[in-house]
Amino acid sequence: MHIIDRRPDPGGKSLANRQRFMRRARALVKQAVREASGSRKIREIDGGGAVTIPADGVHEPSFHAGRDGGMRDYVLPGNKKFVSGDRIERPKQGGGSGSQGSADGEGEDNFRFVLSREEFLDLFLEDLELPNLAKRQVMGDAIERRHPAGFKTSGPPSSLSVGRTMRRSLSRRVALKRPNPRELEAMRRELAELEADADDHTRIAALKAEIERQERRAKVIPFIDPVDLRYRRIEVTPEPIARAAMFCLMDVSASMDEHMKDLAKRFFSLLYLFLTRRYKQVEIVFIRHTHEAKEVDEETFFHSRESGGTVISSALIEMAKIAKARYPADQWNIYAAQASDGDNLSSDNARSLAILRETILPMAQYYAYLQVGRGDYDREDGVFARQETTLWRAYQELIRPNLPMAMRKVNDRRDIYPVFRELFERRDEAAEAR
Amino acid sequence: MARAKTTPPVAAPTTAKREPLFTGRDWDFNLLDRVYGAIQEIAETELKLDTYPNQIEVISSEQMLDAYASTGMPLFYKHWSFGKHFVRNETLYRKGWQGLAYEIVINSSPCIVYVMEENSATMQTLVLAHAAFGHNHFFKNNYCFKQWTDATSILDYLSFAKKFVASCEDRYGQESVEQILDAAHALMSHGVHRYPGKHALDLKSEQRRLEERQAFAEKHFSDLWRTLPKTASRKKRDGEDERRRQMLGLPEENILYFLEKNAPRLAPWQRELIRIVRQIAQYFYPQRQTKVMNEGCATFSHYRLMTRLHESGQITDGSFMEFLHSHTSVVFQPEYDDPRYSGINPYALGFAMMEDIERIAIAPTPEDRAFFPDFAGCGDGYGVLRDAWENFRDESFILQFLSPNVIRKQKLFRLVDDSEDDEIVVASIHDERGYKAVRQSLSRQFDVGRQDPDIQVADVDLAGDRKLILHHNVVDGITLDGKDAAKVLHHLANLWGYDVKLLEIEDGETVAAHDGSPSRAFR
Repeated sequence: MHIIDRRPDPGGKSLANRQRFMRRARALVKQAVREASGSRKIREIDGGGAVTIPADGVHEPSFHAGRDGGMRDYVLPGNKKFVSGDRIERPKQGGGSGSQGSADGEGEDNFRFVLSREEFLDLFLEDLELPNLAKRQVMGDAIERRHPAGFKTSGPPSSLSVGRTMRRSLSRRVALKRPNPRELEAMRRELAELEADADDHTRIAALKAEIERQERRAKVIPFIDPVDLRYRRIEVTPEPIARAAMFCLMDVSASMDEHMKDLAKRFFSLLYLFLTRRYKQVEIVFIRHTHEAKEVDEETFFHSRESGGTVISSALIEMAKIAKARYPADQWNIYAAQASDGDNLSSDNARSLAILRETILPMAQYYAYLQVGRGDYDREDGVFARQETTLWRAYQELIRPNLPMAMRKVNDRRDIYPVFRELFERRDEAAEAR
Repeated sequence: MARAKTTPPVAAPTTAKREPLFTGRDWDFNLLDRVYGAIQEIAETELKLDTYPNQIEVISSEQMLDAYASTGMPLFYKHWSFGKHFVRNETLYRKGWQGLAYEIVINSSPCIVYVMEENSATMQTLVLAHAAFGHNHFFKNNYCFKQWTDATSILDYLSFAKKFVASCEDRYGQESVEQILDAAHALMSHGVHRYPGKHALDLKSEQRRLEERQAFAEKHFSDLWRTLPKTASRKKRDGEDERRRQMLGLPEENILYFLEKNAPRLAPWQRELIRIVRQIAQYFYPQRQTKVMNEGCATFSHYRLMTRLHESGQITDGSFMEFLHSHTSVVFQPEYDDPRYSGINPYALGFAMMEDIERIAIAPTPEDRAFFPDFAGCGDGYGVLRDAWENFRDESFILQFLSPNVIRKQKLFRLVDDSEDDEIVVASIHDERGYKAVRQSLSRQFDVGRQDPDIQVADVDLAGDRKLILHHNVVDGITLDGKDAAKVLHHLANLWGYDVKLLEIEDGETVAAHDGSPSRAFR
């Protein structure tokens, strides 16, 4: 009997099968992820978690008997009151007492399982049609850095350091005087020669004894002993990381419908993901506004309705106030994203621009304005081409090449990504400039 | 559950009290070694179990989940369906809806027993007794396993299969490999040989065959003198049909085997993939035939071994209580109207039957003597059991050994559900008139040959459109599940390369027909 400790073996043996399964069920899982991400909070978008897909899509068929028809004869345990000849009403839908069927998990309607963080994000981002490069940047595994840090005495076979192990084995063999095969061979040859001459008997006897002693020694002192084993040690150090504050500004006046809010939410989610990759600590501030602005929690931000006019400067003022009080620009990286349908009180535009230019843009790393549309292209392409909104025109004046600001119109999920492309490009330029 | 508390009817050999092997729940490798030694002593001297050498492997719960996914085997080729099982089990486990098995045992030589690191010392003892001795003895001695599996080579074969599938994926792409494996998996239940193959002829049958040939030649010779060309040509045609079927080895119930040998459009590597799936199906076939016996043998062995360890003081009262708790939940049989009921528990049935066999051998009642004249009162309970373990499978075991006592205890009753009748009839219950009928019905319920529909490749239209004809011999009017059958036929058509047709035939009449066409022929 042997006992083998398999625990140090590298795990994740099922990973390849899991990936194959994910590939197989990709379309279904993607749909499920889309639904799940809609009902999740922004902060939780990052978590992976359970999704449910229809079992039919990953069903493995086989030849087996149908559920109804025919003559069935079966034995059940636990008879309480029946005597032979009793007649029982047939339970509905076979289920009940049917001992047949359902042997191989048949009859399941849904297939529920847990996605890892990476899988969930991958599908979430794919849904937004992010190119792979950007996806990698968002998913960014490089938060921790691994580097070799000496050797240890135990570990999985895959991390065995052969060189180091052999060096220790060699020094042990030398120290314990393990005969090397060449010496032994030389002695044997000498013995053979002497035996051929057959004169010096004392010498032969001595040599024989010596050879035997050395052979025993070679057996007792192993070539490699468990004490020689050395494994590579890997140390993981976290990269230095800073903090960021993210401001979500949204117009909640009556003209914003559910579709627009959903687009805005996806945009905020993506920005949050992006920031959590770059910064260890990310705070989110939700500010919603009609004609006046208020800081609220996420639930209220997305779900409660408010009526009133639209005064964007109110939100900007609120943001400037909060940033000054809680997130001073020398300690925090400030990101802001504003979502609106572009209808602003026209007299307010000048004021908004002033606040943006003088207070907010100087302290912010990036300011993104997202003008969400209704998603019906007909109206835009039709005869009545929409005029640019007043806010859009106002902001457009502001845009200058070296200003950390971007603006986009978004009608559909796939429009969200280009905003981010600008964000990434900007960062790269900044990195080069430094 | 009272069963677990009754003292065994054996006059237990008195044993000198010994020191307990362990007291707490912690264990280490030395302890495993000593526990194994203590169990081995009892297993070999008292139960006279004969086992393959054991290899105990300690694994973590993560690794147990991995093992679950690939049907318990330590290495297996890669396929999405294993990933599917993995994510399902993982979810159930992580949510706390399902515990993990304490062990997995593999029918190989050396016999590999996986034990979980989380198990307490008592549980490790139980696991060793159950798997390393109970299952192991059964694997080594049962005739089904002897006949169909080669324990020494299975791991090598799996390693070959894994490498071969991986190399095919590299060469032909994952998708095309998956297509073949999907199709082969769908037909896996119809990819086993149920009977041993032909043996080389001995002299006597060689002689007989020669005589048959001569008789045939003579018949042909006289045919030459017939002057009715019409009948002659029809005869010839019939003969051709017969000859064609014979050349193809038809009818053939091993569909995968037939495809591997005869499908016209498969490449050699595709045939080899089918062969791999077929070999694995064949390897698991004995396990499907012996669920009750295999688990019964292991459960009976662990119960007896643990009791003997307790009697000799080698495990403490506390440990024994822990063991009984887990043992009774393993052999618990919910009644049919219990929400927990999900079929007959093979552990419970096997254990109950084997305990009863021992009782009958040692202290039979007159009823037992009438039912089991062969061994009632023979005195050697273990001997009778070893014989049963060696020479039976579930179906025959139940038919031979299910005693009225067990039927009464489990209150087994038999229902007949005829779809033409609007009510279900209670045909027999646990009384004098019912014992034999219940026994027969239960035995059939465990007959793999009846669980899998009897489907055979019947004919091929080689001269025409190469359509493959299959027949399903319908028993008791139970036809196939049409939706799944259509899907499987589609897979089958993909392998065959041309259309296939499945006829469901009862008493010479076709009651249903299913068709399948290939979506795209394999290159």
